[in-house]
Amino acid sequence: MVERVKILAVCGMGLGSGLLLRMQAEKALKQLGVEADLEVADIGSARAQAQTADIVLTSAELAQQLGDVMAQIITITNFVDLDEMVQKLGSALGREA
Amino acid sequence: MDVIRAIAEFLVKDVLSQPYYLVGLMTAVGLIALRKRTGEVIGGALKATLGFLILVAGANVVVAALEPLGKLILGATGAQGVVPTNEAIVALAQSQYGATVAWTMIAGFLVSLFIARVTPLRYVFLTGHHIFFMATMISVILLTVGYSTLVAVLGGAVLLGTIMVVMPALTHPWMKKVTGGERVAMGHFGSLGYILGGISGQAVGKGSRSTEEMKFPQGLRFLREPMVATAVSMVVIYIIFALIFAARQGLGPVVEQLGLDPATNWGSFVMFNVLQALNFGVGVALILFGVRTILGEIVPAFAGIAERVVPGALPALDCPVAFPYAPNAVIIGFLASVVGGLISLALISSWLGAALGLALILPGMVPHFFTGGTAGVFGNATGGRRGAMVGGFVNGVLITFLPAFLLFVLGDLGFANTTFGDADFGWYGIVVGQGAQVSDVGGVVVLGVIVAALLTLAIWFQRRVVEAGWVPGGAVTVPEAEAKTRAKTTA
Repeated sequence: MVERVKILAVCGMGLGSGLLLRMQAEKALKQLGVEADLEVADIGSARAQAQTADIVLTSAELAQQLGDVMAQIITITNFVDLDEMVQKLGSALGREA
Repeated sequence: MDVIRAIAEFLVKDVLSQPYYLVGLMTAVGLIALRKRTGEVIGGALKATLGFLILVAGANVVVAALEPLGKLILGATGAQGVVPTNEAIVALAQSQYGATVAWTMIAGFLVSLFIARVTPLRYVFLTGHHIFFMATMISVILLTVGYSTLVAVLGGAVLLGTIMVVMPALTHPWMKKVTGGERVAMGHFGSLGYILGGISGQAVGKGSRSTEEMKFPQGLRFLREPMVATAVSMVVIYIIFALIFAARQGLGPVVEQLGLDPATNWGSFVMFNVLQALNFGVGVALILFGVRTILGEIVPAFAGIAERVVPGALPALDCPVAFPYAPNAVIIGFLASVVGGLISLALISSWLGAALGLALILPGMVPHFFTGGTAGVFGNATGGRRGAMVGGFVNGVLITFLPAFLLFVLGDLGFANTTFGDADFGWYGIVVGQGAQVSDVGGVVVLGVIVAALLTLAIWFQRRVVEAGWVPGGAVTVPEAEAKTRAKTTA
């Protein structure tokens, strides 16, 4: 049994689309059979919070702004496409649905 | 009997009338409905309560920072100055109106699900903070006019539920143009600005190329961080008005009016104002943290309930879902929106303000960034670069004039030096406010007519325009299949 993965969903204000990413990731993790802790952050505090996360989920633009962090960054293009989320999270975690 | 009455009174007065406990209890109910484990229910409910208290703490910081700004602007220009920031005004309203807001929010969400279930308007509005903001604005308007809490909650729920399905429907043809036909709708109360941005973009954009074909200076990227943009712009606003005020009346009298140490010199006077500006940013950040903590528990519960009540409905989501389709257009739209806001401000301060008794609406960076950016994306979709510029500009004009008129219907809250920013708060607030002022029963009838008219319009639009497949400017640029492959290859 691996230890629980920590995933951080990042958007501009940490209110709307970040929460959506978190909810999509929860669905995807269920399909993948992985347990994880999920948090939402705004871009301003995301760098600090990414220190303790394993994976950061965000858009390509915000990923560029976030710069280098210890966590692995996954960029999501289509926030409502569950297939994309499952595929990208799956390959990051070494799992298949 | 006394014991029972004492318990009932305790529950009503000390628990259910306190918005923080109320929000916690509602979260608990939502989590129980989703059959979460006991630990998660307790933890989630407690987090929502703490989030609400954080928000109130942030409101105090914002008030402390805004008070001197009000004096500075009044002293410098002789007019009331207002920086629209949704987070700030909503937090300020909670101590007085919080319990009504919480009930309206939950009941309004249920009304929106009911409408989505029985009409063709199958949209589920999932942008939690905007539901919260709109619930706050409607509650304030209805309570200010003098309706009882019960009428305000029931009437407010119908008004809120209606706008939550109407706006995603009216925006949807342009949203389809932006996303290339993805199964997602716009759920954001800046929608009037996006529709007008799309229309005006199309009017001017013939032959203009997409914003995404141009190279954009990387130096402007820091503006994408709304907190930084807010802090920078607030420092500029405080300093400008502080210097004009002091130049007009002399440093000594100004220092006295602000209640500062009489020994204050120019250097410490400027730095005092810089600190107030930064504290405004701190207050907004605190409020956001609180809102985020509340919504992190409530929105998933909403989404879970919605999936069961209206399966297959289109999710209506926060405006940044449109950003990845045209990231350059976001920056262009934002800057154009600020320009539109500044030109409108110049018009108000030089001419229209005095004639109509309007307050000075200064550019609030958060609404300009998110709604200006989205209007830019919509303008780009219909009219390329020129469209993005004009779309953002139109939005900026809109979110400067609408808040100025909105202040009239907000009662005491209209004097808070901050107000609601985004376009739909403006027009809907003005319409609801005017309707509610008709007096008691008449007001309820007028509001009923407004709701019926909006629903009729939206259902007609949904049937004849959205379902008929009309998209502005003809065929969608990126077919759905192509968008999906593109999404998968750009990891």
